[in-house]
Amino acid sequence: MSLLEPEGVAGLPGSPDSRVVTAGRVRGMGAFLVAIAVLAALAFGVATPAGAHATFTLGAPPAVAVAPLEMSVRFVAVVCALVCAALGVLLVARRGARGSYLIFSLGVVAFVWSFLTWAARGTDLNFVQMLAATLISTTPLVYGSLSGIMCERSGVINIAIEGQFLAGAFLGAMIASVTGDLWLGVLAGAVAGAAFGWLLAFLSLRYGADQIIVGVVIVAFCTGLTNFLTAQVLTPYQATLNSPQTFSPIAIPLVDKIPVVGPVLFDQNVFVYLAAVLVVVVNVGLFRTRWGLRVRSVGEHPHAAETVGIHVLSVRYRNVVLGGLIAGIGGASFTIGSVGEFSSEMTAGLGYVALAAMIFGRWRPFGALGAALLFGFSVSLQSFLAVLNVGIPSPFLAMAPYVITVAVVSGLVGRVRPPAADGVPYRRE
Amino acid sequence: MRLELRGVTKRYGPLVANDHVDLTVEPGEIHCLLGENGAGKSTLMNVLFGMARADEGEVRIDGSPVRFADPGEAVAHGIGMVHQHFMLVPVFTVAENVVLGFEPTRALGFLDRRRARADIRLLSEQFGLEVDPDAVVEDVPVGVQQRVEILKALQRDAKLLILDEPTAVLTPQESEALFAIVRSLARAGRSVLFITHKLKEVLAVADRITVMRLGRVVGTTTASESGESELATMMVGRAVELVVRKGPARPGAAVLEISGLTVVDERGLVAVDGVDLEVRAGEILAVAGVQGNGQTELAQAITGLRPAVAGSIRIDGEELAGATPEAAIAAGVANVPEDRQVDGLVLDMAVEDNLVLDIFDRAPFARHGARDLAAVRSNAERKLVDFDIRAPSVLTPVGSLSGGNQQKVVVARELSRPVKLLVASQPTRGLDVGSIEYVHRRIVEERDRGVAVLIISSELDEVLALGDRVAVMYRGKITGVVDPAAGRDRIGLMMAGAAADPVAPAAPPEAGPPDRPETGAADPPEAGPPACPETGA
Repeated sequence: MSLLEPEGVAGLPGSPDSRVVTAGRVRGMGAFLVAIAVLAALAFGVATPAGAHATFTLGAPPAVAVAPLEMSVRFVAVVCALVCAALGVLLVARRGARGSYLIFSLGVVAFVWSFLTWAARGTDLNFVQMLAATLISTTPLVYGSLSGIMCERSGVINIAIEGQFLAGAFLGAMIASVTGDLWLGVLAGAVAGAAFGWLLAFLSLRYGADQIIVGVVIVAFCTGLTNFLTAQVLTPYQATLNSPQTFSPIAIPLVDKIPVVGPVLFDQNVFVYLAAVLVVVVNVGLFRTRWGLRVRSVGEHPHAAETVGIHVLSVRYRNVVLGGLIAGIGGASFTIGSVGEFSSEMTAGLGYVALAAMIFGRWRPFGALGAALLFGFSVSLQSFLAVLNVGIPSPFLAMAPYVITVAVVSGLVGRVRPPAADGVPYRRE
Repeated sequence: MRLELRGVTKRYGPLVANDHVDLTVEPGEIHCLLGENGAGKSTLMNVLFGMARADEGEVRIDGSPVRFADPGEAVAHGIGMVHQHFMLVPVFTVAENVVLGFEPTRALGFLDRRRARADIRLLSEQFGLEVDPDAVVEDVPVGVQQRVEILKALQRDAKLLILDEPTAVLTPQESEALFAIVRSLARAGRSVLFITHKLKEVLAVADRITVMRLGRVVGTTTASESGESELATMMVGRAVELVVRKGPARPGAAVLEISGLTVVDERGLVAVDGVDLEVRAGEILAVAGVQGNGQTELAQAITGLRPAVAGSIRIDGEELAGATPEAAIAAGVANVPEDRQVDGLVLDMAVEDNLVLDIFDRAPFARHGARDLAAVRSNAERKLVDFDIRAPSVLTPVGSLSGGNQQKVVVARELSRPVKLLVASQPTRGLDVGSIEYVHRRIVEERDRGVAVLIISSELDEVLALGDRVAVMYRGKITGVVDPAAGRDRIGLMMAGAAADPVAPAAPPEAGPPDRPETGAADPPEAGPPACPETGA
């Protein structure tokens, strides 16, 4: 019985959190924190010369100048290791699971801080730029995961996000380049994504085809098609067809003057702002409106929805097309949001990372946003580390976002509950 | 509302599920539709509720003909349905479930939760349906979930309420509470169509009774005009034996000894909580309990399908906790699983292969790694005769047989090995009366051959009819082991978690008077053996 007690405590009925976080997992997280604390203390503290300093730049040129932060590497390593270890011990020692993820996240933040200090030893790191870059790489993931949420909350698995990204990126770049109107580019991206959303809906709802297989086929199709068209059409006519402008950052008056936060959050392009708005809209829509209640009922128990007069297939159709549309806008952000041209397979599997963000975020918009920020940070971290002296070959650094994705999805999430009818074709009796 | 069905016919291919069915439900009437599994009751309700389309005949509401393309239209015409498998979204709150599809909203489609709550409170008070609007449905007991279903129908202003096998998941006390609600609905002028195969319920609650058999209406009567055995005869089409014939048990040495057994379910929650249990050779221990109180996990642990977290399971002294299903089979455990179509059979495979699923890889059915198909065939032909399995051929896919014959295939396979312990979960669920009689007889025969038998059933009648001792399970614990003569009421209370009574000795049932509770004020044990036909599904 004693063996079971913690499980029983963590599994008290009634609190949704406790269902998911088991005592063993909390202890594991605690042990992990202690382990990385030891690593930080040894590798970043003891192994670093006493006099080594790192400088974090905290103000980008147009914003308010903030004095750079200069820190002793060894001192930071020791302090962060202590904080991290203390939080780890707290996780192991305490009873109950509430707030475990918050404590764990704080511990990881402490570790990452000491790691960054160590990586920037003897030089300086533009911290504000790194955070701003995090937001840029987070943005497509947010669109992708919101697309996934739209589809899966209604019970259809959208594994085709990657393909919808590519289609949106391609058509967005082309239309924006030809017409010179960036907003038409966004619209084109949205239409391209929605078209493939419709295809997924049509095949899997109308004909009951396996959703995963249809999704994979759409990705393969979009990859092949955009590769072919890039080689045959875009490259020969690069100047007219593949040279769109990009949205320039829009500073939001007043708030953009806040030190550190201003340049990171309030001096971004429309894609970033739209993503933020969408997170709120989808969240409110799903959990506060009639539409959301019906969508969720269809994703959880379509037969129950049907018996109260909800048309299951139309709800799913609509949501899958909307989901594709959102992914298409996210795709357009790759080309007309930052890079300024389409290149083959430029989405680099981020559609799947977005799906992982959706799962890690437990099919909730704000959860997905948090997860996307984590993955986005690892992407920007990797590009910033490449110029610092970390001593890790850059191909390995480039793996970081994917490694973190796998680690998070397999180890950290634990057992999460997807919508009960997720991926299950619906047939009337 | 006055509902009339006239000549409703529904065919599925060559099968006529409803054959010119006539039925009238008067306003304020409690009308019971009685019939065996497969009699066509559910098909008729699907037609009535717009989930299936009738091939012939018409439905009239207050005299005017109607036709429903989907359930939404039926609801709009004042028909409400409480399905046997609740149509509730488990992760939604009570209020969300009640208003789904009928949501009060404010501007822009925002849900008006306050009004939803107020509406529910009003209805709850009006009909005595007590619920907490903010509770999450999966956290509340089944009886409350059923109230939510009824509220759902009432919130849509249902004038006719269809209840499909509403007591299948309730304790006897919860059933009584449901009957009270049904009566109060009828008093308020609403009509109730109560579908069931349990005779006792029909007699307790019905104003009028319509009996169906093989897709046809056999007759309409009232509770005062008929008794249990007449209804049973109408329902089955022949005189039915209302008892399980069995002599006194002659228990031998303990075969199955379980101590401190703890098992967790898929979600990691404790499902079986420190259970101690003993089954002797030559006796039937029946485990009673409302579904979902850990019985499934208990059976799975004994048969090796689910690991034990703590405790021990011994068969003739051999430890089986943590063993594989293969080891359990080798130790002499036979398993008739709860859901034969999922855990008992491979539906697409032939009868002959299903009959050797457990031992297809050893002699005489396989030699040197190759199957001996002739041996499989002759084995199957023998079993078809021995176990009275009605199949067109041994090559027929088992999925195309009737429920009763499917169950006989499972039983035939499991009893064809040397068996020390027979574990049978819901052995007669969904079977017709003939098959129920057969399966019961077979189980008693095994007992008399000296096999230890563990029956798990949520049908109290079956538990009382078969068990030599009755163990009651509630929330993963055994609340007590009693003599079946302790009576429905006491066992019913134990099923709802009432304190354990003095444990009955593992003695033959006729040994001495049944235990009485300490107060001595409880009801006397029921006279006579319990009835049989309602032990199905």
